Amino acid sequence: MAVMEYIDAIRLAMKEEMERDENVFILGEDVGVKGGVFTTTKGLIDQFGEERVMDTPLAESAIAGVAIGAAMYGMKPIAEMQYSDFMLPATNQIISEAAKIRYRSNNDWNCPIVVRAPIGGGIFGGLYHSQCPESIFFGTPGLKIVAPYSAYDAKGLLKAAIRDPDPVLFFENKKCYKLIKEDVPLDDYIVPLGVANVLREGDDITVIGYSMPLHFCMQAAEELEKEMGITAHVLDLRTLQPLDRDAILASVRKTGKVLIVHEDNKTGGIGAEVSAIISEECLYDLDAPIMRLCSPDVPAMPISPPMEKFYMLTKDKVKEAMIHLANY
Amino acid sequence: MNKEVPAMNDKENTKLKNQHEQLGLSDGQVIDMYRYMLLARKFDERNLLLQRAGKINFHVSGVGQETAQVAAAFALDREKDYFLPYYRDYGFVLAVGMTPRELMLSAFAKAEDPNSGGRQMPGHFGSKRLRIVTGSSPVTTQVPHAVGFALAAKMKKQDFVSFVTFGEGSSNQGDFHEGCNFAGVHKLPVIIMCENNQYAISVPIHKQISGKISDRALGYGFPGIQVDGNDALEVYRVVKEARERAIRGEGPTLIEAMMYRLSPHSTSDNDLAYRTQEEVDENWKKDGVARMKSYLISLGIWDEAKDADLVVQLNMEIKEATDYADHAPFPKPEDTLLHVYASAEEEKSWQ
Repeated sequence: MAVMEYIDAIRLAMKEEMERDENVFILGEDVGVKGGVFTTTKGLIDQFGEERVMDTPLAESAIAGVAIGAAMYGMKPIAEMQYSDFMLPATNQIISEAAKIRYRSNNDWNCPIVVRAPIGGGIFGGLYHSQCPESIFFGTPGLKIVAPYSAYDAKGLLKAAIRDPDPVLFFENKKCYKLIKEDVPLDDYIVPLGVANVLREGDDITVIGYSMPLHFCMQAAEELEKEMGITAHVLDLRTLQPLDRDAILASVRKTGKVLIVHEDNKTGGIGAEVSAIISEECLYDLDAPIMRLCSPDVPAMPISPPMEKFYMLTKDKVKEAMIHLANY
Repeated sequence: MNKEVPAMNDKENTKLKNQHEQLGLSDGQVIDMYRYMLLARKFDERNLLLQRAGKINFHVSGVGQETAQVAAAFALDREKDYFLPYYRDYGFVLAVGMTPRELMLSAFAKAEDPNSGGRQMPGHFGSKRLRIVTGSSPVTTQVPHAVGFALAAKMKKQDFVSFVTFGEGSSNQGDFHEGCNFAGVHKLPVIIMCENNQYAISVPIHKQISGKISDRALGYGFPGIQVDGNDALEVYRVVKEARERAIRGEGPTLIEAMMYRLSPHSTSDNDLAYRTQEEVDENWKKDGVARMKSYLISLGIWDEAKDADLVVQLNMEIKEATDYADHAPFPKPEDTLLHVYASAEEEKSWQ
């Protein structure tokens, strides 16, 4: 065990997997000598050399497409997109190619790539350094999508993603990089894909979320218990695709009241699907309408501080929504 | 003798003979090349008929492009190299080992189709056994994939190359440029061959490209070569040289093979809406398959009787393939749900 930041856990996962399997390599912009714009790959080039920690030309479709080709050969590429906002030029490679390679070849070929991309705002990144694009890829069968909240999960999920035979999008939250700091085992473990995690047991309301907003949910839950005696049951989806339906339904049945929280905008977000699953499967277990707290339906987050603050979720916004649900 | 081939004096005759010998090709190999070209031509013609007869849904033709396709395949290592063909490459995939039966199973969308189990349109080739990498319909996405295979060759110190094809219209896609640039920067063993057939569906070359496709290689720091795609031996020579360069670690080569799409874009296209019959007829005179036949006959290693025999043989092979595919079972409807992700067992074996 060692206390480390979320970003260190991601780096450690890559280091361990590269030591374990020589077919694992990293490619992306500035990942080599600079060690990534966030330092996620810092030092890895010294250990593994410039071929396995490869600085690529600035062209995201090639980063994804070359990774896909190498993966079909038998390599295990980790393609880094500097910001998830810049991932869209690679969307055709990810959705038309990576996601469909196993299916279209009738199981003859497979595509074991990991695409890592930082999501989320609150860093004065403006419209194009703040986005949460998971809904663009969500609903594309053939892709797995992971979005860890904790440092422990970040390490374990990334290791599982690297060892997965299918393409995995790994959305790491850039606000979590330094904010989340906790004990992480230094030994080899994985957190399986497709399995949600109960962060907190409670009886009054259920909160379902993923990635950074869970930080606010947990803070709000603690305060609510102390201040008002309301106990919240908090479920971290961890894997967005495939969703852990059983865990979602179990957590809803526990309290009968559910709030879904995410930073991606509300319309067409992951929360819409989670809500639909709940409606289809356990409508009569509900004691209140399903509620969602998400970012507003505007194209992306503005940089001006009051606007960014307005856009971002906060502990207080989450707490208010939780009280509203508890009182329903 | 074919009347179109002029009588030649001894000197020219000798020069003709040397055309394939000096490339290291035996008489048997060039006859074999011709056989694959003609097989692809006959296969294509049969598919057009089958579509018109309502037996199959769709066909994208490669008529007029077989020469360069087959010649390129012969210049590669068909035991080692990785191939990323595009949807007109019937001649290519036949020459690297896919059988007419396998292709017909795809045309009929039957369960046994090795390309996709009846999931994809015909012309979307793929076979791990033959190292034909599965392809899609959005054009040119395969160029970065080929570069990825070449990157793997370099990283794993393997002596194979990747070979990728696409049309001239596709060479305007970002993936072409991004792939070329990546391959150039890392000096990767990839051969990038554009089959310039003059048309992107209905849009002619002068509305697609203002320069020369082969010149684009200059910007990426590797050689770009334009070659007559109807000249099998020239295509063979440039692909072989490109492969030798790649294996020596000297990086990629862009080849622009000039040809003409003699058939409509697909069975859903009326090409005479945008080009004239005269233009098409003019290009039939340059057909590389007929040219190869004339070459073989002029050397005295082939004749009309042998050719007639070969046509009968190929037609029989295609008929057998058609009958087999026609009678083969469709996939089970519920198999639609299979192979979205790895099976639980496969997943476990990777962990």
